[in-house]
Amino acid sequence: MTCLPSQSGKKLGLVIDLDTCVGCQACVTACKEWNTGGHMAPLTDIDPYGGHVDGVWFNRVHSYEHTTEMGGRTVNFPRSCLHCETPACVTVCPTGASYKRASDGIVLIDEDKCIGCKLCSWACPYGAREFDTDVGVMKKCTLCVDRIYNDNLAQEDRVPACVAACPTSARHFGDLGDPASAVSQLVVERGGVDLMPELGYHPTNKYLLPRAHTKRAASVAAPALEPVRAEGGFLGWVDRMLSN
Amino acid sequence: MHPAFSVVFFTTATGAGYGLLALLGVLGGFQIIPPDFWLGLIGMGLALGLIAAGLLSSTGHLGRPERAWRAFSQWRSSWLSREGVASVITFVPAGLFGIGWVLFGRAGGWVAIAGLLAAIGAVVTVCTTGMIYASLKPIAQWHSRFTLPAYLIFSAMTGSVLLNALLQCFAIGSKTLLAASVLLGLLGWGWKLATWRYNDRLDIATTANTATGLAGGTVRSLEWPHTEENYLLKEMGFRIARKYSARLRQITQILAFALPVLLLAAAFALPWPFAAMLSVLAAIVQFAGMLVERWLFFAEAKHTVTLYYGR
Repeated sequence: MTCLPSQSGKKLGLVIDLDTCVGCQACVTACKEWNTGGHMAPLTDIDPYGGHVDGVWFNRVHSYEHTTEMGGRTVNFPRSCLHCETPACVTVCPTGASYKRASDGIVLIDEDKCIGCKLCSWACPYGAREFDTDVGVMKKCTLCVDRIYNDNLAQEDRVPACVAACPTSARHFGDLGDPASAVSQLVVERGGVDLMPELGYHPTNKYLLPRAHTKRAASVAAPALEPVRAEGGFLGWVDRMLSN
Repeated sequence: MHPAFSVVFFTTATGAGYGLLALLGVLGGFQIIPPDFWLGLIGMGLALGLIAAGLLSSTGHLGRPERAWRAFSQWRSSWLSREGVASVITFVPAGLFGIGWVLFGRAGGWVAIAGLLAAIGAVVTVCTTGMIYASLKPIAQWHSRFTLPAYLIFSAMTGSVLLNALLQCFAIGSKTLLAASVLLGLLGWGWKLATWRYNDRLDIATTANTATGLAGGTVRSLEWPHTEENYLLKEMGFRIARKYSARLRQITQILAFALPVLLLAAAFALPWPFAAMLSVLAAIVQFAGMLVERWLFFAEAKHTVTLYYGR
């Protein structure tokens, strides 16, 4: 049923640190690489080598310029499914293809039931769902459900592909329903925020905002460069002659 | 929002069809319109034909139309599923009413009950259609108190104009229905103007700031994650230039409201068959106008995902 299940209290999700994200797109390609062979495979690419490249991706990294009275800065912003606590994408689904797992809160799509009406993508304010025009069904982030419980992987690899790939550790995975978990502690410590809280979707994923500007510039100025003096003597005469 | 023709035609056609069905069910069932085989056949054929054509058209929007039957299962949470269920259930009393009123030439009794149930089913179905749009929080222009009444008003308006044209063609036009059609046209016009006025002054709480969590100051999109338009931008990033929007609003007002109202007012004064000709013309012009109105309903709706793209 697309009615929301009563939750077990476990809320698996991501915490994304906008302070350390460098916008390298490693999470994007790692996600594509894993998931095009994973639970929602394939992540179809249309005209991949042509002039109108299109395709399904679960994770997109934007770049913004955030300007305040403190000055401006570039913020790289990864955007993917937030596995909301009250996901309208699930309740609007007419077929029962979209569902939220009671056991861990992951929002998934049963591709065999999806009729491709696209209403769930209209109901998601975050643009987390992308339609696969080739297969005719909707697709979305699975939080790498086929990695995080995968006994064939080493324990340290049982995290979403995007988290495993991040070179700056800007992405953290864990149980946000457990206040004692490392991710929950991180959210408390850094004051993690919800995206579009006013819409009331209660996203599970949290974003850590860039730290405030500091005044920690070098306290002793570097010595000034020596002024360029005109060369004297014979070489100076040669220089002046050749420069004319 | 991208105005897909399948959905634009679907909501316009089923709106008119259900409006006509509701009026025929009540007025026919209670013998306000006397049973007549050809009138009944054409009237019910038109109503059910518009509904069926609209529903078929809506499956053109699906990626996997062969699985459409699954859409009847989630009526407990989904307005789209409720719409599917209501539309199919309505065919039952509508069919019974058609058999009784058109084939047997009867009214009152079980035919009246079937007609009434068909009318209720029609109203419920139009409500579910309106709620699909009104319940979508990411689209502020739809998630408003104007959306649901609009679907009901436009359904009643187009349905009554169709019924008036039908009765006029059979030379049994009624001044009351003519007057009701004119009034509904004016009501629809006023509602649309009020909706546009409301939408143009919307102060939407969701901004690029709340979308990214970056509070204060300005958030400007420096670079998209991709170089070409993706599904999100094709489906939800549709933009219409202000000048086209203004022109199409004028066209909507003329075709959907002003011209039909004028034609129907003229039909008041003119004898048959001129009244009939004007009534048919009014119905055709209004249907075209409503297609433009529905196209604009989508084209002018802005989804929050566009904020991520600096639109």
